[in-house]
Amino acid sequence: MSEALRIEDIHSYYGKSHIIQGVSLKVEEGEIVTLLGRNGAGKTSTLKSISGLLPPKRGHVWISGEETTGWPAYRTAQNGLALVPEHRGIFGLLTVEENLRISQRRGAQWSLADIYQIFPRLQERRKNSGGQLSGGEQQMLAIARALLGGPKVLMLDEPVEGLAPIIVEEIVAQIKKVRDAGVSILLVEQNLAVCAELADRHYIIELGKVVHHATSAEFIADHTVRDRYLGVDA
Amino acid sequence: MIYLFQVLNGIGLGMLYFLLAVGLSIIFGLLQFVNFAHGAFYLLGAYLTYDLVERDISFWVAMPAAAVIVALVAGLTEASLLRRIYKLPHTFHILVTVGLALVIQEFVIVVWGPLGGSVATPKSLAGVLIIGDFIYPYYRIFAICFTAVLAFVLYWALERTRLGAIVRAGSESTETMALLGYDTLRINTAVFAFGAGLAGLAGALAAPIRGVEPFMGVEALSVAFVVVVIGGMGSYVGALAAGLLVGVIQSLMATIWPEGARLMIYVAMAFVIVTMPRGLFGRV
Repeated sequence: MSEALRIEDIHSYYGKSHIIQGVSLKVEEGEIVTLLGRNGAGKTSTLKSISGLLPPKRGHVWISGEETTGWPAYRTAQNGLALVPEHRGIFGLLTVEENLRISQRRGAQWSLADIYQIFPRLQERRKNSGGQLSGGEQQMLAIARALLGGPKVLMLDEPVEGLAPIIVEEIVAQIKKVRDAGVSILLVEQNLAVCAELADRHYIIELGKVVHHATSAEFIADHTVRDRYLGVDA
Repeated sequence: MIYLFQVLNGIGLGMLYFLLAVGLSIIFGLLQFVNFAHGAFYLLGAYLTYDLVERDISFWVAMPAAAVIVALVAGLTEASLLRRIYKLPHTFHILVTVGLALVIQEFVIVVWGPLGGSVATPKSLAGVLIIGDFIYPYYRIFAICFTAVLAFVLYWALERTRLGAIVRAGSESTETMALLGYDTLRINTAVFAFGAGLAGLAGALAAPIRGVEPFMGVEALSVAFVVVVIGGMGSYVGALAAGLLVGVIQSLMATIWPEGARLMIYVAMAFVIVTMPRGLFGRV
């Protein structure tokens, strides 16, 4: 297996506050890896640092073996990295189909028809404006949009937060389909059941540093780690 | 009959106001940028047309050429100067763009002199249309039809094409556009240049009707803001409706109460601000 994404010892700042203090991790091709941690631990900032929204001051980022350290967000996006932010960034005044069309990029492995096959709700609602969608539908649209850019690596920031259990199941199944199509996924998620079901490996981050790393089997067996770093039990 | 003419004049005037205001409105919608140099681009468009026609270049070449040159000048200004100040408060936008407007205005005075001049109507449209009592200059009929077609094409492009969707999406969130792989700096420059080019085109179209003089940009700027405020910031349909409204009000009042013609458009604006602060079609 080769690496879809690797970051090494990255440091990022918001103004003067040093929020990412040397995070290293990797995602192999076809893997789903989660990044866990309490609120404010630096999960979202890690994703932003990888995408280029928050360019790291030190360290290195590689996407499919190509170093992309310091690239602006639009270039990492063009080179196979998609970030679906927590707020989803749906264009509320555009229709669902317009949201999708402006996200299409030549050379992407997904067509609009493929997308509608994975997300049939989006086809039903394609004439609706983005602002009229439910939270779950917005999340599906955000993932669908990311896929139309033809990513090798997909980063999802809390994709099922605040959604009803039945929608969570639907989105989990969709994420599996995306992985099965060969897209590597880095997932930030608080819902441990979802993480355990989807992921191959887990990183736990605290105060801007990776403090624990485990395979999914180890993680499920290990109560002490969950109590210590996450303060919850699934 | 006199009122019919004035309404027609008002529609012609209103369509020019629309062209002026729509650029200002799109730029504000995408960049949240208050551009007081917009009138100066109108001024430059008018003078470039004047200059080219004086050199015996056909008006039909001069008009688009003026718009394109204005767009290029605006694009360069955006890329070198204006993009640096988007993040600052609006007062800084005003400070810098008023300065830019003065520079352009003085440049016009230095190059073409302080007195202004007139631009001959193109020969193919020199005459007047006569149907019974109805007499109206061909050029003005052309100006109305041309801007009406342009307004329709622009609306279609903005609402029905992928490019238009990109512009609308950009005015909702530039960060998301970057995440989708769009170089938002380039989009900003292109949209700014396009909006300024429309102002330049309005100047070029207006030149044969009202002539050119160095202070026409100041007047155009205030009218453009009135139109944008009445129509609603960032609204295309609003700019069209308000442009026509302001043009017709101004023309009719010029007959009924000439001294108050300009006053009345500000009265209309005040009325709209009081009754519907977002403008007729405003979203924000």
